[in-house]
Amino acid sequence: MSTTATTSEPLRQETAQQRDRATTIFEKGAPGRRAFVAPAVDVPAADPTTLLPQSLRRSEPARLPEISEPEIVRHYVNLSKRNFDLDSGFYPLGSCTMKHNPRLHERVAGLAGHARLHPFQHPSRAQGALELMWRLERALGEVSGMPHVSLQPSAGSHGELAGVLLSKAYHADRGEQRTKVLTPDTAHGTNPATVTMAGMEVVKVGTNADGGVDVEDLRAKADESVACLMLTNPNTLGVFDANIAEIAEIVHGVGATLYYDGANLNAIMGVTRPGDMGFDIVHFNLHKSFTQPHGGGGPGAGPIAVSDRIEPYLMDPRIVRNDDGSFDLRSGHEKSIGRLRGFQGNYGTFVRSYAYICSLGAEGLKDASETAVLNANYLLAKLGDAARHLPLAYGRLCMHEFVLSGAPMKRELGIKTLDLAKRLLDYGFHPPTVYFPLLVDEALLIEPTETETRETLDAFADAVKAILAEAADDPEIARNAPYTTPVRRLDEAGAAKRPIIRQPL
Amino acid sequence: MSTYTATTDADRQAMLAEIGVSSVDELFDSVPAALRLDRPLDLPAGLPEQDVYAHLRDLAARNVSAEDELTFLGGGMYDHYVPALIDMLMSRSEFLTPYTPYQPEISQGGLQVMFEYQTAISELTALPVSNASVYEGPSAVAAAGYLAKLARPGRTKFVVSGGVHPHSVETLRTYAFGFGAEVVVVPLVDGVTEWGDAVDDDTAAVFFQNPNFLGAVEDAEALAADVAPAGPVVVAAYDPIALGILKPPGECGVDVCVGEGQPLGNRLDYGGPSFGFFAATEEHLRRMPGRIAGETTDVDGRRGFVLTLQTREQHIRREKATSNICTAQALNALGGVVYLAWLGREGLVELGEVLLQRTHYARERLCEIDGVEPLHTQPVIREFAVRLPVPVQEVVEACAAEGVNPGLALVEDNALLVALTEQRSRADIDRLVDTVRKAVAR
Repeated sequence: MSTTATTSEPLRQETAQQRDRATTIFEKGAPGRRAFVAPAVDVPAADPTTLLPQSLRRSEPARLPEISEPEIVRHYVNLSKRNFDLDSGFYPLGSCTMKHNPRLHERVAGLAGHARLHPFQHPSRAQGALELMWRLERALGEVSGMPHVSLQPSAGSHGELAGVLLSKAYHADRGEQRTKVLTPDTAHGTNPATVTMAGMEVVKVGTNADGGVDVEDLRAKADESVACLMLTNPNTLGVFDANIAEIAEIVHGVGATLYYDGANLNAIMGVTRPGDMGFDIVHFNLHKSFTQPHGGGGPGAGPIAVSDRIEPYLMDPRIVRNDDGSFDLRSGHEKSIGRLRGFQGNYGTFVRSYAYICSLGAEGLKDASETAVLNANYLLAKLGDAARHLPLAYGRLCMHEFVLSGAPMKRELGIKTLDLAKRLLDYGFHPPTVYFPLLVDEALLIEPTETETRETLDAFADAVKAILAEAADDPEIARNAPYTTPVRRLDEAGAAKRPIIRQPL
Repeated sequence: MSTYTATTDADRQAMLAEIGVSSVDELFDSVPAALRLDRPLDLPAGLPEQDVYAHLRDLAARNVSAEDELTFLGGGMYDHYVPALIDMLMSRSEFLTPYTPYQPEISQGGLQVMFEYQTAISELTALPVSNASVYEGPSAVAAAGYLAKLARPGRTKFVVSGGVHPHSVETLRTYAFGFGAEVVVVPLVDGVTEWGDAVDDDTAAVFFQNPNFLGAVEDAEALAADVAPAGPVVVAAYDPIALGILKPPGECGVDVCVGEGQPLGNRLDYGGPSFGFFAATEEHLRRMPGRIAGETTDVDGRRGFVLTLQTREQHIRREKATSNICTAQALNALGGVVYLAWLGREGLVELGEVLLQRTHYARERLCEIDGVEPLHTQPVIREFAVRLPVPVQEVVEACAAEGVNPGLALVEDNALLVALTEQRSRADIDRLVDTVRKAVAR
């Protein structure tokens, strides 16, 4: 760091946590220490090398830690304290829907009947699980306005892959080789990446002055070579595209399918439904709208819902209810695209999301969406005083999230969106999503969710204003932030240039 | 109904005033009236927490779990004991509820766990590069196919051993329908893989599993050496528990090693969530899918960790990304690395040796039953298949009535795939044998 004295200098007192340098589990313990006690060989012992020939055996044990249970516990508990988390603080992370994770869900997912159920258990002895999945499918179908659901995909990106492959299979079955998929320039990165993985070509569609799809651009690009348009509505600008009916007409007019990226479903539950807007394929992020905890980056689940014309191609196996009311898994559907993963999907996630839907019911889901939109608009209004430096990118009101541009702040106060984000860490907040969507300069994408209180939203708005005021005095404070976190700004470029991705042993 | 919001009517009024609108409805003005749902969602009314608990408990009670019967089910997921400290750590708020570590300064815990996990997987597989995990096993096999397609441009064929888990083969086919590759499956010969003349210059990758789906240990070195002249990417799916005693794939000429991580400290959960591991040679570092944590320093010189090599990833590269995968299975991978630390250097080996002995004992004892014979006689570590003299489904049903789940029915071979974990003692195996004997004799 520069040794030039600035007003941020007093902030650089090293905290206790910062003094505690990172040591990995591989650097702890000592030869001979252990936690696990192996069961005795209680069967007549045979010569191990006759059971497994030496030539197939490992010559040296894998260099795993040699460490006692108390050391393991202390190591990981101390590591956990170097994380920020939703249970302890506000996470206004746009497009991520960081809503409260009810503890009930952990309790019910942990019941042995769910948690210790083997995925190859015969369906006749897994009736509770199959019924739960069947009911969750019905509920997601109702929320989306779509008749058929598969819970199988493991994440939103996995659901997108399912959707694009389904679209490909649909066209192929009609004898058409369509090669292009349209995505708006506001789309999540997973949309174009998925299209490439599915062997198709991405064609970008522009955004109009209101933040919606540029309908004229769409009309120009939509032709018989287009398989699908992938859309998020409300989109990543927090704008509901009011032209959706016209968009659907254009897309369907050239025989293409319409795909709904459900990342932003939390804005519209019980208010409007993708099925009623004309979408053919929808994916849900159970870890967003339906409260599966994010786990520091997984697990999640990305079920999909489809219209009648896409149904024949859905993944195997499907859950069916027999005439006698029992449930079963059925595979071998002639036109199915097959499997996207092993077994039946992330069942533990289904248990949590199903419990959530049971708790809220129809009324509660709608209330959740309305409150999410209320909270977002309230926070936007509270940030009104800061609008000179952080203007709203599009429109006047928003749905469940909104995008500010940090461009005037950068120009007039000399701090970038990144600096504001890093300074928010010192104020105890997780920053918003930054530099996304790409078409807004110095973007901040803010999504408060419905489970935050008005007081929290006020405190966050105050923190943003305080940082702007600080920057007007001395931009160096934000430029060098954070100061109080377990580590300060990290050399990411250096990490990529000379990758160290495992502990040298 | 339950609610997880705090907004009172007074809050709402004050907030609407601040926004400058008169009703919540007004906030939805941009949604055209024709698209509004003009009725409540057709879902049951919300319930209080205690009622939801009771309902979910009733559903759980209608499943027969590994708690309720003596189970020998395997076929990719296994009923290992999950130590209590894993439950405790995986349910800690600080691991359970954060988002992906986009802000590394406040995510050092999770990032360091990823770094430690990568180290553990590299050690297990003897491959220098591991990512921070992918969804699960079979889709990891398919993701390896996509890597191979990028690494061997122009080649159009995947040759897959008949010993690869059927779900992995099906998943690979689904992915390959997308990015364009032909999947050719070569049948097993006496329980193990023989490539025959299936591999040629158009083969982008070969895939085998070790131990394979029928439990047989494959000679990985020979399988990799056989195809080396044609130069495909060699992909192998491994059972991580078996890697305690098996020669690691990195020493056998395997380029990409993937697998289902569930046996490492994760619950069965009726198939997920768990994690898939994905490790490779240095050559493929910049083609890896998914998150990778790397070591670096902060501005004051402290050691720290970040997500690295992100120019491979969808949020930066978009349509040019090496995969569409967004996150990892961070929480499940935490369970994996804690489990490996708990087993420890010696423990993983001891576990493998115990399973080896008990599995051979179980196979021998079952094959003492009249008409029961091994499906193959290859070495096995924790799982094996036996052919039955009476229809396998009948045997499974008869055993189930006695509280024993004897394994997975392989209907085509009229065989039973029997799996062991350290939770199945000699007494349990003897009970299995007695129950199967009675079922066969009926």
